[in-house]
Amino acid sequence: MEIKLKLNGRAVSASVEADTTLFDFLRAQGCASVKCGCETSNCGLCTVFLDDVPVLSCSMLAVRADGRSVTTLEGLQEEAAEFVAFIADQGADQCGFCNPGFVMNTIALLRENPDPTDEEIKAYLSGNLCRCSGYEGQLRGIRRFLDSRNSRKEVPHA
Amino acid sequence: MLNIQNYVRAESLEQAYELNQNRRSHVLGGMLWLRQSDITVGTAIDLSGLGLDTIEETEEEYRIGAMVPLRKLEHHPGIAALTGGAVENALKDIVGVQFRNMATVGGSIWGRFGFSDVLTVLLGADCEVELFKAGRMPLEQFAALAYDRDILTRVILKKTPGAMVYRSVRNASTDFPVLACAASCLKGQVKLAVGARPGKAVVVHDETGLLKEGITPESARAFAEYAAKTVPTGTNSRAGGEYRTHLVRVLTERMLLELAGKEG
Repeated sequence: MEIKLKLNGRAVSASVEADTTLFDFLRAQGCASVKCGCETSNCGLCTVFLDDVPVLSCSMLAVRADGRSVTTLEGLQEEAAEFVAFIADQGADQCGFCNPGFVMNTIALLRENPDPTDEEIKAYLSGNLCRCSGYEGQLRGIRRFLDSRNSRKEVPHA
Repeated sequence: MLNIQNYVRAESLEQAYELNQNRRSHVLGGMLWLRQSDITVGTAIDLSGLGLDTIEETEEEYRIGAMVPLRKLEHHPGIAALTGGAVENALKDIVGVQFRNMATVGGSIWGRFGFSDVLTVLLGADCEVELFKAGRMPLEQFAALAYDRDILTRVILKKTPGAMVYRSVRNASTDFPVLACAASCLKGQVKLAVGARPGKAVVVHDETGLLKEGITPESARAFAEYAAKTVPTGTNSRAGGEYRTHLVRVLTERMLLELAGKEG
C-alpha cells in the first residue's frame, strides 16, 4: 500500500504492507532514535508524535499515519537539547536505552504543561519504563531544568 | 504474531458493516490489545475517517464517538463535572499517556475486557451504546451480550443528575487492576459496578432495598456485605478470589459513604 506523510517536516511516500508497524516503517526511514523495547505497548521507548500527540509506534500501523505528520527525536533535536543535559547531569540515563522515549514524552509534557509539579511529571511519564535508574534521576533532571528555566525568567532586566 | 492481509479505511459505516460480515475481518480500535494477538486478520477495517473521534454534547447527553481516545475522555471538562472526576480517576492509571492517546473508547467497550476500568466506570454511570444495526441499548445489556458482527459507533453518557465515585486497587501503578469499582447514586438510585473480578464487570442494584432509607454507616455496611455475597470473584496471577471478595466489601462501603458525603 502507498502512504504519504510528513516525517520530521519532510514529505515522504513509501510502499508498506498492511501490517507494517509505524515503528518498522520509521526504522526503515533511518530514524534510529526510535527503538523497540517491549512490543506490548507498555514501555514507551518507541514514542513518536503523530500530529504532535505522543503515541507508541510499535503498536500502530504505518498505514494509519497516511496523510498525517510524524515526528521523531531526529526532528526535535533543538527542543530536546534544552533539557537533556540536566538529565545526564543526574546520571539518569545509565544505559541510555530508554532515553529517546523519555525525551520524547518529556517534550510532550512540557508542551502541554510548561510548569508541571513533580506529581504531574511522574503521572505523565508513568508510561516510560527504565530498568536502570529507578526514575529519581529523571525526575531530578527535569526538576533542575524547570527550576533553572524559571529562575532565568525571574531575573529582572537591568 | 498479528498478521493483517488487507487494510481498508472505511468511507462509510455501511461499508464497514458489510466488510465486517466476513468472520476474518476485524474492526480496528486503538489496536493495542489486537496487537498482542496471534491471529491472521483478513481485512482490518479502520473507522478513523468517519468522524467518530469527537464528543458531542446535547442537553440530555454526551455522545462519545467510538474512536475517541481514552485521554480525550479523561480530560473532558463536562464529563469530569458530570461524574465528579470518576471517569478521570478510572482512566489515569491505564498504562501511560501514549497508550491512552491510542486506546479508544469504542475498542475498550466493544472488547468487554475483564480488566477494563473503562467498562467498569461507564457501567457505574447512566450509559447506553449505539450500534450501527442494533441501535441504542443500555450498556449493561450490551455488556452481557455475546460478540457479534455489528459495529459500535458511540457510547452515550446521559446527564442524569447525581453523584459518582470510582476506586481501584492495583498491585503496581499502571498495571491491570486487582479490582475496579464504580458506584453512583443517580436520581436517588444506587448502583455499583465491579470489574477485574477478574471477569467482566457486573452491576449490582439495590434490589433488596437496603439503601431505601438513604446511605448511613449501617446501610452502607449492609449493602457492602450484600455486594460481597453477590459479586462472583475468582483467582488469577494478580490476586485470589477471597482477597477480591474482601476488597468488594471494603471498597463498596467506602464508596457509598463517599457518595453520601457528595450528596450532602
